[in-house]
Amino acid sequence: MAANLFQVLQTLLVLLLAPLFAGYLQNARALLQNRRPAGILQPYRDLLRLFHKESIIAEGTSWLFRATPYLLFAAMWLAAGIVPILATALPLAPAADVIALVGLFALARVFQVLAAMDTGTAFGTLGARREMLVAAMAEPALLAALFTASLLSHSTSLSSIVDHLESLRFALHPSMVFAAAAFFMVLLAENARIPVDNPATHLELTMIHEAMILEYSGRHLALVEWAAQIKLLLYVGIGIALFLPWGIAPAGDLAALPAAAFWLALKLLAAGAVLAVIETLLAKLRLFRAPEFMATAFLLGVIGLLSYFMLGA
Amino acid sequence: MTAVLPLDLAMAALLSWLGLGLLGFALGGYQTLACRAVFPLSTMGGLLLAAAGLWASTATPDVLQISGPFPVLPWSFRLDPLSGFFLILLGLLAAAVSVFATGYFRPLPAAALRRLFLQYQGFLLGMGLVLLADNAYTFLVAWEIMAIASYFLVVTEHEEEGSRRAGFLYLLIAHLGALAILLGFAVLAGVQILQGGSFAAMMQAQLSPFWASAAFLLTFFGFGAKAGLLPLHIWLPEAHPAAPAPVSALMSGAMLQTAFYGMLRVDFLFLPQAAEWWGPFVLLVGLASALFAVLFAAAQTDMKRLLAYSSMENMGLIMVAMGLALIFRAHGLNALAALALIAALYHALNHAFFKSLLFLGSGSVLHAAGTVAMDRLGGLIQRMPQTAFFMLVGVLAIAGLPPLNGFVSEWLLLQAFLLAPALPQSTLSAVLPLAASGVVLSAALAAYAMVKFYGISFLGQPRAHLPVHETGRWERSAMGLLAMACVALGLFPGVLIGLLDPVIREMVGQGLGQQGWLWLTPVSAQRASYSPVMFLFGIALALGVAFVLVWWRFGRPLRRAGVWACGFPLRTARMQDSPLGFVEPLLRIFRPVFQLRREALSTAAPRLGLQLGEPVTAYLYRPLAATAAWLSAQMVRLQQGRITVYLLYSFLTLLLLLALLR
Repeated sequence: MAANLFQVLQTLLVLLLAPLFAGYLQNARALLQNRRPAGILQPYRDLLRLFHKESIIAEGTSWLFRATPYLLFAAMWLAAGIVPILATALPLAPAADVIALVGLFALARVFQVLAAMDTGTAFGTLGARREMLVAAMAEPALLAALFTASLLSHSTSLSSIVDHLESLRFALHPSMVFAAAAFFMVLLAENARIPVDNPATHLELTMIHEAMILEYSGRHLALVEWAAQIKLLLYVGIGIALFLPWGIAPAGDLAALPAAAFWLALKLLAAGAVLAVIETLLAKLRLFRAPEFMATAFLLGVIGLLSYFMLGA
Repeated sequence: MTAVLPLDLAMAALLSWLGLGLLGFALGGYQTLACRAVFPLSTMGGLLLAAAGLWASTATPDVLQISGPFPVLPWSFRLDPLSGFFLILLGLLAAAVSVFATGYFRPLPAAALRRLFLQYQGFLLGMGLVLLADNAYTFLVAWEIMAIASYFLVVTEHEEEGSRRAGFLYLLIAHLGALAILLGFAVLAGVQILQGGSFAAMMQAQLSPFWASAAFLLTFFGFGAKAGLLPLHIWLPEAHPAAPAPVSALMSGAMLQTAFYGMLRVDFLFLPQAAEWWGPFVLLVGLASALFAVLFAAAQTDMKRLLAYSSMENMGLIMVAMGLALIFRAHGLNALAALALIAALYHALNHAFFKSLLFLGSGSVLHAAGTVAMDRLGGLIQRMPQTAFFMLVGVLAIAGLPPLNGFVSEWLLLQAFLLAPALPQSTLSAVLPLAASGVVLSAALAAYAMVKFYGISFLGQPRAHLPVHETGRWERSAMGLLAMACVALGLFPGVLIGLLDPVIREMVGQGLGQQGWLWLTPVSAQRASYSPVMFLFGIALALGVAFVLVWWRFGRPLRRAGVWACGFPLRTARMQDSPLGFVEPLLRIFRPVFQLRREALSTAAPRLGLQLGEPVTAYLYRPLAATAAWLSAQMVRLQQGRITVYLLYSFLTLLLLLALLR
């Protein structure tokens, strides 16, 4: 029973916290860039405003275009119930291990790309092809990083990985350091962050994610934006689970909950600060430098794997 | 009166196919009647065959010998679980494709239809016999029936030069392959080959490591030619698209798998003492084929050619899984070999279903729009919504997305890769995860190619004015059945894995045991678990709740309006990506692989065309052909036209022979 409570709690927490995390990120970035921040609650206001607006369907689009925002949101919702962010061993967690989670994100991405192509505009197809390119390059790097963690803990289930790594308190794994670097680079690429994509641009030369969702408006846009925010939080959550797992509560253990929440807040604050610093310091790469970026990530992942085999750790 | 055995049932199904071919030939004049009678009955035959295959997985293998025209060469058949699994694959696929063919072939003229019945049913029969054969003689005769029937099907449109060229190339490579298989069987069977080379004798053969490797290489070459592995694949992208859609579906879905079947039988049953290098070799060839093919698939502009390259990619992935199984088995890790083999067999079945679905869909597009050139298509989802929906299922499945079937086999394969540290050899276990990254790359690129396939032809605006209409009832039902099969295989992997258990036990002596229907836990629940049903249920629930909540709180009516496109007013179909434009980043990144040539198509109207060339043709086949031509030119010098010179040749040959035989 308590485990189910944790399940509901975590799912809702991730859904509701995602805009807050995005707001914190925006705020931190604005402060670092000498701009006046819009306030940490701005994403909530944006979402609410979008939800209240009229949704316009572009002429010549099919049901795919209309269904995709709901599907994106639903996919992220499901993922929010699986990733051990607040607690491990959630009742839903065995439904998908880390490979299936990657598959779930891929499913969402393919629908988003197809919806973009459904609009039949130059921007739509442009965003679609760039997104597929980035994804195709990023996935091997992501898997290399995840493989390192699963080889170390003899499991691909995120809960088991967390349990195993938590039990190895403060043991230093060189392989995991490389894997963490690779994972972080993939996180930037997959979530349309600088240096691969710029979430705050509408210039045709630079946009990837924005080009795909140009035709969405009103509640559809709200769902797409919200799903993107959840995805970022989930990726950060997976990163925390893999590389900084200390403090995640086992599901059902109510006593561990406050500590878990505290650690989670602390880690998210730190992760957001790191992201903001990176987005301030780096410029966006030219699109054709992006494969090099991903190749670097892949190499780091490979070094991680090899150092696991050579050092056994 | 003896009891009916699975083998009898299978033979009855095959005989019914033969009879139906003749019936179709006789009835060919009455097109509608012939199509509506022969193809649905052929579906029944397919189901019967699948039932026989299913039954064989629990029954003891039985044998049938029929004396043939030559007393020393008997026809010999046997049905064991391995054959049974592939019979299920062939039977179900033939059933679905025949439903499609009922509607698809009806517009053919009578003469063409008569021939087609014979060739189509002969092709099915040949594939069935290959799977049942129990000696080299029967196997090779069946292999030839299959090759020749499919050759005639490839050149159905023999008025076109491209079709004839494709057919010739296909026949050439098919026979090179058959020759290699014959030699391989000869090595395996020794003198027994003169009595037909029974498979039982091959299983008993004690070969020295050298001859075992020779047999392995010869059969791998022979079957690899049929499977379209690098560098023997060049016939595949020519022949598969040239054939009519149902035949392409059968060729990609079932015929390629007969090659896989042959490899399994030889490598796992005839050659239990595998050398250590076989596994890495197979894995490497498979991975190279998969990566090469997926890049070329992405670059194609013709729907059927794209699918043909994608078939090659999938065969490559199956080879990767088989190579992994060989590696594990060579080190005595039979339980892990079982997992890798399950991934391979699962993927074979998956591929049969989703690839035939996609080929049939392309056939529907060809009938509806008159072309499968993607630069003339677009927006088909508006005009053929049901076909578009079924194709979407196929595309998601082949792109390896959960909860459909393509993901399950990919997941199993990656799980098998993750068990590599159990290998005693440390270099191998360190390199294998890198190969897994290659598999992931090829899967991700396959998603790219399939998104292009679907997005360019079915979504967006039409690129040309074509009178598109939805396809017929028979066609849609066949695609619907195949789409349902893809979903079912995706949702209930435990059922199929249970079914595969006897097959795996036959090959490596160990299985995974039964899986529950809800959870897939190939090793242990601790290690990895996946539940497609929960997965789908979770998404569906979230989708429903999100939809209802959003409608309830913010449900304003939708409004249709022109696209915004950043406020840019002009919007024409030409502004969408062309099929090549969509993969431009790939062409640029992997430039060395593609033999790209830009050329001005005409000087009057300056339009640039992009030519894709096969590096294998440029670097392997052309030099080979040039060498052969050069050698032939040198041989001409021997021809002097004077009888004295020829007598001298005979004399010298005699001397040489005497010196050798002495």
